[in-house]
Amino acid sequence: MITLVLLFFPLLAALGAWMLRKESVKVYALVSAIIELGICAYALQQFILDPAAEALLVDYWWIKDLGISFHLGLDGISILLVALTNLLTPLIILSSFRNNHTNSGTFYALILIMQFALNGVFMAMDGFLFYIFWELALLPIWFICLLWGGADKVRITLKFFIYTLAGSLLMLLGLITVYLHTPVPNSFSVDALYAATLDPSMQGWLFWCFFLAFAIKIPIFPLHTWQPDTYTDAPTQGSMLLSGIMLKMGLYGIIRWMLPVLPDGIAAWGPTALVLCAIGIVYASCLALVQKDFKRLIAYSSIAHVGLIAAGVFSLNMQGLQGAMVQMLAHGVNVVGLFFIADIIQRRMNTREMQALGGLAHNSPVFTILFMVILLGSVALPLTNGFVGEFLLLNGIYQYSAAMAAVCGLTVILGAVYMLRAYQKVMLGEPHARSAEFTGLDTSEKVVLFSCALLIIAGGIYPKPILTIAQPAIEDVLVLIQDIY
Amino acid sequence: MHQFTWLIPVLPLLGFLVIGIFNKRLPVSLSGGIASATVFLSFVISLAIFREVQLQDSVPERIVLFEWISSGDLQIDFSFLIDRLSAIMLLVVTGVGTLIHIYSIGYMHHEQDHARYFSYLNLFVFFMLLLVMGSNYIVMFAGWEGVGLSSYLLIGFWFKNTAYNDAAKKAFIMNRIGDLGFLLGVFLIYTTFGSVNYKEVFDGARNFGMDNPAIVAICLLLFVGAMGKSAQIPLYTWLPDAMAGPTPVSALIHAATMVTAGIYMVVRSNVLFSLAPYAGEIVAIVGLATAFFAASIGLRQNDIKKVLAYSTVSQLGYMFVALGVGAYDTALFHVITHAFFKALLFLGAGSVIHAMSGEQDIRRMGALKAKLPVTHFTFLIGTLAIAGIPPFAGFFSKDEILAVTHGHSLVMFTILVITSVMTAVYMFRLYWLVFYGDFRGTELQKTHVHESPLSMTIPLIVLAALSTLGGFIGMPEIFHAPHILKEFLAPVIWKASPHTASYSFEYMLIAGSMVILAVIIYLTYSNYVKRKQVPEADDQIPSGISAILSNKYYVDEVYDTLITKPLNALSDFAYRFVELRGIDALVNGVSKTLTNLSGVLKFSQTGYTGGYIFSMVIGIILILVLSLMA
Repeated sequence: MITLVLLFFPLLAALGAWMLRKESVKVYALVSAIIELGICAYALQQFILDPAAEALLVDYWWIKDLGISFHLGLDGISILLVALTNLLTPLIILSSFRNNHTNSGTFYALILIMQFALNGVFMAMDGFLFYIFWELALLPIWFICLLWGGADKVRITLKFFIYTLAGSLLMLLGLITVYLHTPVPNSFSVDALYAATLDPSMQGWLFWCFFLAFAIKIPIFPLHTWQPDTYTDAPTQGSMLLSGIMLKMGLYGIIRWMLPVLPDGIAAWGPTALVLCAIGIVYASCLALVQKDFKRLIAYSSIAHVGLIAAGVFSLNMQGLQGAMVQMLAHGVNVVGLFFIADIIQRRMNTREMQALGGLAHNSPVFTILFMVILLGSVALPLTNGFVGEFLLLNGIYQYSAAMAAVCGLTVILGAVYMLRAYQKVMLGEPHARSAEFTGLDTSEKVVLFSCALLIIAGGIYPKPILTIAQPAIEDVLVLIQDIY
Repeated sequence: MHQFTWLIPVLPLLGFLVIGIFNKRLPVSLSGGIASATVFLSFVISLAIFREVQLQDSVPERIVLFEWISSGDLQIDFSFLIDRLSAIMLLVVTGVGTLIHIYSIGYMHHEQDHARYFSYLNLFVFFMLLLVMGSNYIVMFAGWEGVGLSSYLLIGFWFKNTAYNDAAKKAFIMNRIGDLGFLLGVFLIYTTFGSVNYKEVFDGARNFGMDNPAIVAICLLLFVGAMGKSAQIPLYTWLPDAMAGPTPVSALIHAATMVTAGIYMVVRSNVLFSLAPYAGEIVAIVGLATAFFAASIGLRQNDIKKVLAYSTVSQLGYMFVALGVGAYDTALFHVITHAFFKALLFLGAGSVIHAMSGEQDIRRMGALKAKLPVTHFTFLIGTLAIAGIPPFAGFFSKDEILAVTHGHSLVMFTILVITSVMTAVYMFRLYWLVFYGDFRGTELQKTHVHESPLSMTIPLIVLAALSTLGGFIGMPEIFHAPHILKEFLAPVIWKASPHTASYSFEYMLIAGSMVILAVIIYLTYSNYVKRKQVPEADDQIPSGISAILSNKYYVDEVYDTLITKPLNALSDFAYRFVELRGIDALVNGVSKTLTNLSGVLKFSQTGYTGGYIFSMVIGIILILVLSLMA
């Protein structure tokens, strides 16, 4: 029951937001997101008390003839990503308080629909339902980017849309194929899909159907070229939704819908995927080095970070997968913080060109400190959330291949190079002629950045709850893969 | 006393938070006072713990604070280890740390932003204590990277200055290169021993044979980390640049404590290194090369802090030579005496710079002996100590390093002796140029020169006393006194150094070094004081070897040409050609071709995305309706 409330509350709230076409819709959206966070906290508490609680499970037939059910469930992997979604959404909404978007009712309604779809993606325990939510999540974000994006929005959003849709269709093809091989009567339910009998050669091409869909979303090199343009051009909240939560759909998809379904496919092609991830880490880090626009730099750094997460997933061991879980949450928080920093600078200075900035540290000590903390999380300094994830990921990759870990580990060095370079260009140096325009933070800005900073440090010092929640679910996944070997 | 152990790092952390939060609302006496008090309290607790560790039959105490990272069979507790090694390092860090905090109150009293300075300084001490106290490699790594962060923040403390910011960034990045090696070493430790706790790792390692490839690899990877943190070839160039930070920072972080973390780490891992003589040989060679080259660069530096910086790099090289030949306690002995006399020298230099209104060029100093009596006297003691003149502290530890190296390799010994000669030369050159001869500064500086306040001179005096007496904790055998330090550390060193010097060799070493030092002192005196030689001005372009030394062997230039510039050029190329004209162009091309080909289906492929969504929504609704009807 609680799962249904958790899922549908944002949708109802979106309806309200859409009808409430007033200035106050911001506050309305924030309040509803906070209520949703409360619901999520309650569900989390229920989950911790008893992970198998009946209250968390929803399973109705939807199209019985086709074996499609409205099946929602929460395991350790799902609940963490649901928590991430509902934790970030209020922060994302709050981060928009200084913006005055036209049609703000629609804007916030779309954010809330997005929240609904994302929750659905992470809770769906039926392959078809998953696919519906997966596609549904694309629509609101596409509208957000198209209607409130930057100068080149039409071209960029079209590319983004077609690119991800193409991937999704491949996934649909793969999903139907797997479905046709499930035990009779065929079913899309997660257990049936896991039990599908697929011979290794079929798993080989199915691997690519699923992998391309997920890799485009994440994105993994070389399928990433839609991402920098889209992140840069999208309104800040769009960039946050895309990078903070939406790309985790792809990583989650690999863990939930690929690893257990296609163990032979993974055995055959997983190493190739890992190599792509490793190339992407170094490649994107190098590209981040030469970016001039701070927001675009964040976009490239994000490709490097998620490449590492995906590499950890494909290393197929406990540390790699747990690292992936921790880092998905950490990356979500950190990237939202970074995009907000870019937004704060953009709004005050009317530019994000790092060359034109500098010396901002003189004006706002609070902003300087918070920027530094978020940067440290992003470069994975110990006692920040980024370290726990990065350490486990690299450790997992190391167990797979020491050489691969050394290549992926270059992110430790390159990440520091491009982030510190950016920080220096933006914040340090002589006070700039225009840096006096950089006024101090207002309350909403402080709340968002402080929340990010607190989450970064708390996650770095005490990641135990996350690890404890994720462990049993990951063990299940690993058992399903190991069965085959 | 162990119930208070956790307070040792927590107190400076609290100091950091309190000073950071109240920031500019605090006067300098209070920000500096709080910062000093927290470190001093940590020192008091450390002292009590030291007494306990000394009295008890050294059973290492493990204090678990909480479970930090656990994943499968990887269990990492946030936990501390109190044994004789950490106890003695705690004393050095908090003891020298307290003195430098107090000194900073005087040194930074003009600084507007003193609260930021003191909060960073406390943050540094917190991380340094984590590094020392950790009971596994990950807590050590947390401290290890944390001190790198504090170092970054403090080198770039005056953040208006781009050169300082560059120096800070360079330090952080070079350390990160080492840190990647450290991390890979830790992963290999975990895959080899199934744990990252010191106890489990070392217990496991004792069952391994000599020169097991995994253990050799672990040692070399950890040593890469040490190269970064402790400024060894090829990762040393950040340390001279780090002198951009305020001088007390140079004393605390870049001389006495942080840069010795690499040595501490190797001593901590001595079980592993004892099993990997090959790795040890490489450690010794790198240390030797660093000691030699850095000392030679020191001969031609004219910035008072740069001379001391290269001297630090060189002295760290000495310590690694000792580690490489398996004399772990000897290396730690030099860590301790070096902490005393190098902190003393840096603080003395700070006092000189303070008196000279910020001047750092020794060519524009001179004749400061009379004006700065306390600074002069204590600086002299520091100089005597580092030059290795008995009975000052540096003599004993350096003598011991020479003795153990002699037992290992005659070539290494010879090079180290030459390095010692160079050390004495650059130190006395510095000493005479600063305190003797004619005053070469401006008139304004001349009227302004003054001895530093008590808050600065008292730490100098204490450190001078330690630099005088500190060596007696490790007397060579010929004096028939116990080697207190060696006996104290015996339980934490698995295999004691096999090398013991014969009496006759010891006598020769002492006599020989006395004669050589006397000659050096005389020669430098007659050159810089009697004949009043002053190093040539920067516009005089030097030639030959002197040009190479003045330009520090062109290492920065080589790195720039071989690494920095190619990396940027390659990245730029990748962005312009591979990314924009390669991958992205290909993607656009594919979609364009498809649109052209699908002329027949044009009416559905409108490119108007709304149409796609519309059809999708219709589809979803159809399915819903169908399901309801079914």
